[in-house]
Formats: sequence, structure tokens, C-alpha cells
Amino acid sequence: MSAARRSLALHGGLIALLFALQFVLPDYHHGNLARIMVLASYAVGYNILFGYTGLLSLGHALFFAAGMYGMGLTIQHLGFTPAPALVAGLVTGIVVSAGLALLALRTSGVAFMIVTLMFAQAGYLTILYFGEYTRGDEGFVIQQAERVLWGIDLSDPTNRYFAALILFAICLMTCLHLVQRPFGKTLVAVRENEERVRMLGYDTFAHKLGAMIVSGTISAAAGAVYGLLFGYVGASFASVQYSIFPLLWVLLGGAGTVLGPFIGTLFMFYLIDFSSGITTAYMLIAGVALVVLTLFAPQGLTGELRRRLWRWLP
Amino acid sequence: MTLLSTRGLSKHFAGLRAVENVDFDLPEGEVRALIGPNGAGKTTLVGMICGRITPSAGRIAFDRADITALPAHRRIRRGMAYTFQITSVFARLPARENVALAARRRLRGAEADAVVHEALDRVGLLDRIDQEAGDLSYGHQRLLEIAMGLAQAPRLLILDEPTQGLSESEIAGFTALLRDLAGRTTVLLIEHNMSVVMETADRVTVLDYGAVLAEGTPAEIHENAAVQAAYLGTG
Repeated sequence: MSAARRSLALHGGLIALLFALQFVLPDYHHGNLARIMVLASYAVGYNILFGYTGLLSLGHALFFAAGMYGMGLTIQHLGFTPAPALVAGLVTGIVVSAGLALLALRTSGVAFMIVTLMFAQAGYLTILYFGEYTRGDEGFVIQQAERVLWGIDLSDPTNRYFAALILFAICLMTCLHLVQRPFGKTLVAVRENEERVRMLGYDTFAHKLGAMIVSGTISAAAGAVYGLLFGYVGASFASVQYSIFPLLWVLLGGAGTVLGPFIGTLFMFYLIDFSSGITTAYMLIAGVALVVLTLFAPQGLTGELRRRLWRWLP
Repeated sequence: MTLLSTRGLSKHFAGLRAVENVDFDLPEGEVRALIGPNGAGKTTLVGMICGRITPSAGRIAFDRADITALPAHRRIRRGMAYTFQITSVFARLPARENVALAARRRLRGAEADAVVHEALDRVGLLDRIDQEAGDLSYGHQRLLEIAMGLAQAPRLLILDEPTQGLSESEIAGFTALLRDLAGRTTVLLIEHNMSVVMETADRVTVLDYGAVLAEGTPAEIHENAAVQAAYLGTG
């Protein structure tokens, strides 16, 4: 079996497994997994920029929030139904990521990290500043009646699970497709040695711009769906914490692997869940586990798997 | 026809005149060697030609079009290829993908695969196609660089000290490869190994202190007193 077929089987298999799990999981884990799939979609988006292109952004919460507020504000103030509101969230994500990319990609390395972080903070403060519309820190709830998409009530756990699965499947397969295309392979080359790629005749700026827009748009899609499925839009999702989360998830799961973001998000979610059941100092347990993992699997869980067993893993 | 020409090309680094007022013409199909002592400005000159370094003054024309203002990647797209003096392969990618990146800019799918195989075969690395570039020996990485140049099927191939660090047998293989290219591809070769220059170059340009000191056939340059003085420090 060729590497492309094997990876299609593996990633398709994961989606099939997640589909099957919906019928057997107890309520608690069922709800968790729906949330994990949406957050993992966010991490998939982050990974395209960080893992594949080698650009470390500290401002992805801006994109997540752009999608979430693009969706939420149009429902709240313009009376949109969920479908056009999701589109509004996506469009906001595209516009914001393209805008930030054009500014931030003029820098590289540490300066890129700082510029993305600062713009994300500016976005966060903007949400607070326009508290009259956004309700600031407190946020706002999207009522159950406003969360009915094509007659399907997204507040129902089963529907919510499937909606999250559809989002995750689209993001995962988009990423898989992207990294097997020449465009994605050129991004990896940019990560490895940008100057060499330029001297092979590629417009590296255009490639990085494309990567950042795809990455930002997937993050925004996750943000929009998150708000819609869980019925809440708040400024905390634009805070710096939500820029750090995807970085951690991707690092733990394996940067530059298609499965890594999901594995990392799942692992971190249940690590915190498990350790908070033992002690109130749960971050201590989580922290030690992270340090151990970083020491013994510096390429993340999936990265380690690729290094030791499955060299073909995309 | 002149494929590449420069007029009054200069580069000053904070008062240091690395390249000064160079007029250089390279006819299509020629193999031209660019020689000169260390620090003569050879790499700076080709750096300006392929767009890695912005000139302080002067103009560059490629295929009758002025390319002075074009960014590097657009010059490469017009048919230049540049192989780095300091090996600059994608260390964590297989040899195959290194060459494929060079080929994919103009070709796709099976066509690109064929070009990758052919380029690796010509430099003798076909049996190492799936090895990671970083695991190859230094000499093999140099050859991989050359394969990346070949895969672009350039009109002008710029080779910056390609034989540095190669073994005698690898140099012989490279010389044969270059002779095979001669006539089809225009080559600008920066080279310290004089036997390679004598065997492959149609003409030789000598650079010293950033200026053209002499130009002629290998035999003429070999006899040239000024060149001998520049290299040997006598006279």
C-alpha cells in the first residue's frame, strides 16, 4: 500500500472511530469529545502555520475569536440564522488573517511572535472596548432557538457531537490534502530552509501568506462552530491563554504531523481532567507530565511515533 | 547572442569595494569560469546577478531584459539556477524531495518524477534517492546541490565552487557532467580547482579586488603575467 493510501486509511479510520464512539461513550466523555474535536480543529489550523511552515504565532486567539465574534455578533445584532452567521465568521477569519499576515510577515523569528502577540492583544482589548455590543468579559449567550441549523437543534448533545465531528473531519482532511500537495510540500521546505526555497524560484512570501490565511481561516471556523455549539461567546476566548493553548496541543501531539493536533488536544484535556480529580493543585501534575513528555518525546507523541515506527506518517 | 550582461556593476559594503564597475558579457551556450584569489568578489558578483545581493550601482540584463530590479525568485523563474557555495540542501528531507522541489516549480506528477530520477542519476546519487539529505556525506551533498540545479533545466547555471570538498573521482565525474552540459546550457562556474577550469571552460574571467583583471581562453589566462601576479603575489 502506498504511503498516500496508508495515511488516507489511517486518518479516515480515526474519523470512523470517532463516529462509532458517539454510540458507545457515556454522556460525560461524549460531551468532552465534542469539545475536544472542535478545539482540535483549532489546533489543526495552528499546526499548518507552526508545524508545517515553521512560523510561531502567539496570536492565534485573534483568529479563533474573529470566527466566534463574526458568527455571534451577526446572530445577536443582525438577526442572522446559523448558516449565514457561520459564513460571516469564516469571512471575518479570512479578512483578519489576511490583514495580520500582510503586516506580520514583514517580520520573522522573534519579531513575528511579538507582532502576532501584540495584534491579538489589540483584538482582545477591542472586544472589551466595544463592550456595548460584545458584552466584554462577561460575553453573551446564544439562545437555543438561535442555534437551529436547517432544522437541526445544535444544542442537542448528539447533534452537537456530529456537528463537531463534521468540522473536525473537514479540517483534518483539508490539512492532509494540503500537506500532500506541492503547495504543502513547499511550506515544509520553507520551514527547513527559506533562502534555498527562494533560490529555487518560489515566491516564499506568497507561500507564507497562503499558509497564514488557511491557518487563520481554519482557526476561525473552529471559533465560530465552538460558539454555536456551546452557545456562548466571550472575550476570554480572545485572551493570550487561547493563543498558547494550540501551541501546547500541537507541541505535545507533534508539530508538523496531521494527527498531532488531535492527539495533543485529547491528551491535554484528559490530563487536566484526570489531575483535577486528584488534587486542587492539578496544574502541578499537568506541568510535570508536560516536562516529562518534552524530555522524552521532544517531537511530540505523533512525532515520536513517526520517528520510531511509521516513517510515512504525513 | 548574449544571455547575460552587466554594466558598471558595483557593490560597496560600508566603504569596502567588494565589486567595482564590472562589465561582463556571457554569450549563450558558453561555459565561463570565474576565477580569482579569495576575497576577489566572485561570490558577491554572482550574488548580484542572481538577486541575493542588491547592487550599489550598475545594471544587469538577462536574455535582453533588464532584471536589476527583479527579486531573486523572479530571476530564477526566468531561467537561472544557483547552487550554493556553502551547501544548502534541505537536511531533513530525502534526496528525492530536495530535487523534486527544484523540479516542481515547472513540472508536475510523473514528469517531475522523471526529471528527479534523471538529475540524481547524472550526479550518481540515484541509489541514495530515499536517504535524508543531512545523512549524505559532504561530497554527496555537493552533488545533490548540482542535481537540484540540473532539475530546474536552467538556461544559465551558476555553480559556486561546486568541486570544493569532492574526492578526485567525484571531481572527474563532475567534469564529465559539465562537458556533457556544454553547448546546451550556459554555465557560470566559480572554481578554484584550475584543472577543472582548464578542462571545462570555454573562456575564463579573472576577478581581482572586485574588478575584471583579465578575460580570455584558458590557455591565454594560463600565460597571462598579470593573472600569475595576482595569484602568486609576485611582480
